[in-house]
Amino acid sequence: MKILVCISHVPDTTSKINFTENDTKFDSNGVQFVINPYDEFALTRAMWFKEKQAASITVITVGDATTEPTLRKALAIGADNAIRVNATATDGFAVAKELAAVVKNDTYDLILAGKESIDYNGGMVPGMLAGLLDYNFVNACIGLEIEGEEATVSREIDGGKEVLSCNLPLIIAGQKGLVEEKDLRIPNMRGIMMARKKPLTIVEPTASDTATKSTSFEKPAAKSACKLIDADNVDELINLLHNEAKVI
Amino acid sequence: MSVLVLAETSEGKFKKSTFEVTSYGKKVAEQLDTNLVVLAINATENETLYKYGAEKVLNVSDEALATFNAKTVANIVKQAAEKEKSTVVIIDSNANGLYLAPLVAVNLNAGFASNVISLPSSTSPFVVKRKAFSSKAFNNCEISTEVKVIALAKNSYGVFENEVSGTTESFSPEIASSNLTSESIEQTTGTVTIADADIVVSGGRGLKGPENWGMVEELAAILGAATACSKPVSDLGWRPHSEHVGQTGKPVAANLYIAIGISGAIQHLAGINSSKVKVVINTDAEAPFFKAADYGIVGDAFEVIPTLIEKLKEFKAINA
Repeated sequence: MKILVCISHVPDTTSKINFTENDTKFDSNGVQFVINPYDEFALTRAMWFKEKQAASITVITVGDATTEPTLRKALAIGADNAIRVNATATDGFAVAKELAAVVKNDTYDLILAGKESIDYNGGMVPGMLAGLLDYNFVNACIGLEIEGEEATVSREIDGGKEVLSCNLPLIIAGQKGLVEEKDLRIPNMRGIMMARKKPLTIVEPTASDTATKSTSFEKPAAKSACKLIDADNVDELINLLHNEAKVI
Repeated sequence: MSVLVLAETSEGKFKKSTFEVTSYGKKVAEQLDTNLVVLAINATENETLYKYGAEKVLNVSDEALATFNAKTVANIVKQAAEKEKSTVVIIDSNANGLYLAPLVAVNLNAGFASNVISLPSSTSPFVVKRKAFSSKAFNNCEISTEVKVIALAKNSYGVFENEVSGTTESFSPEIASSNLTSESIEQTTGTVTIADADIVVSGGRGLKGPENWGMVEELAAILGAATACSKPVSDLGWRPHSEHVGQTGKPVAANLYIAIGISGAIQHLAGINSSKVKVVINTDAEAPFFKAADYGIVGDAFEVIPTLIEKLKEFKAINA
């Protein structure tokens, strides 16, 4: 089984979010970049298929050279090879088109991605890729088993879950549940050494048009201070929620 | 030209969020000087949509659509958008809507903006404001394609009545098959889901153990609220993962979020800060949650919550 894992290179979850150039660009100064947490669930599930079902894993990102350490980290965790599409990712549709171009050249049985990136939160690349390739697709995936050509997939629905079945090829947009957080892997020294020798191929973009563009960013307005209520005066809290906030 | 809204139904009935996307769609249609069309699948109360501004309801009635299939529904949305010459397609941010929206965008060769929180600030160019960086910032996004697809963030616009004299038209699209088979659906019944809840009561590690969740559930029951928890609580197995709210858990955009014994790590706050009013109850006055909350009580949850439950019972008895 050939697996492709789509990786997004994102600011670490604890990063301070600031913007430069008149609030049009993300300020990456002093920010540490990581594998998008949702993609990490996908990569970890792929590692399970590699170890138990002898799958091969290719990781891919659309990004400039600064994203390579993130791909190397995925190789250190255990992916076999990496592809970087040499374009700055600005629009989800354009990213999906670049990925589709790669997949059309070299097919995969299973494509795993996170359900969204924690920076732009677009939540569209896996679904768009499925639409462009006409592959089976399951969003918000919380469980995936594969036997031969058949996949059993669970997805989160509002207030529950749905179990689906289909044949490969399949695209999954994963989240926690696909694997548990405790199953996530930290690369060891041997993995890091081996990752340096694994192939990282650079592919030039097919120069798709963009469908959307970010024109500017804003930070939420500063919040007024928290009103503290005495622990012995719970009535006051109810009064404020009823008369001031009008939420109960 | 028209604006098209996809209405989500649950057992034939519209959800509150459908009225929100319809209200929003009506305003977008006014901005574009055009009409609002709502696509409803196997719905029974189409007339209720007129109240929120739906000039036309396209009603699709087919047993084959009883179980949701993203590809099939995305294909129906495409046919409806083409029939109505829609330039803007608006989808609700529920689990099914977020599943099918990217497929709709590909079908219509349209740019897609998710997490949208306000009306277009301009329609030419078409710019919408959306949440980004896990709600730590907003992003103004220009969609440059002829057709635009928008997923409206839950509880971000509100429900507004705007009565029109609407009509319902029967629509029989081609129903495309899908290779995905739905095997089973498990749904918790009788409790409010986090996605649908106006009020969410959430517990953290400060509650010391799963045996102490009785009071969280009781408080939630009085308020008609959903229960939720912080990441450590779900990691420890005290509560199911489906209750985990935060950056890698579920997002919460409730009217009222009550955090009990949750310190307020940045990842937790990222997931809940779209909620309108936040209340924190924590023994530690230095807990970061107090900086994010609107109302706070520094105190022991094991004393405060039982009192709050009693007082709320009295309050509900008077204000019911």
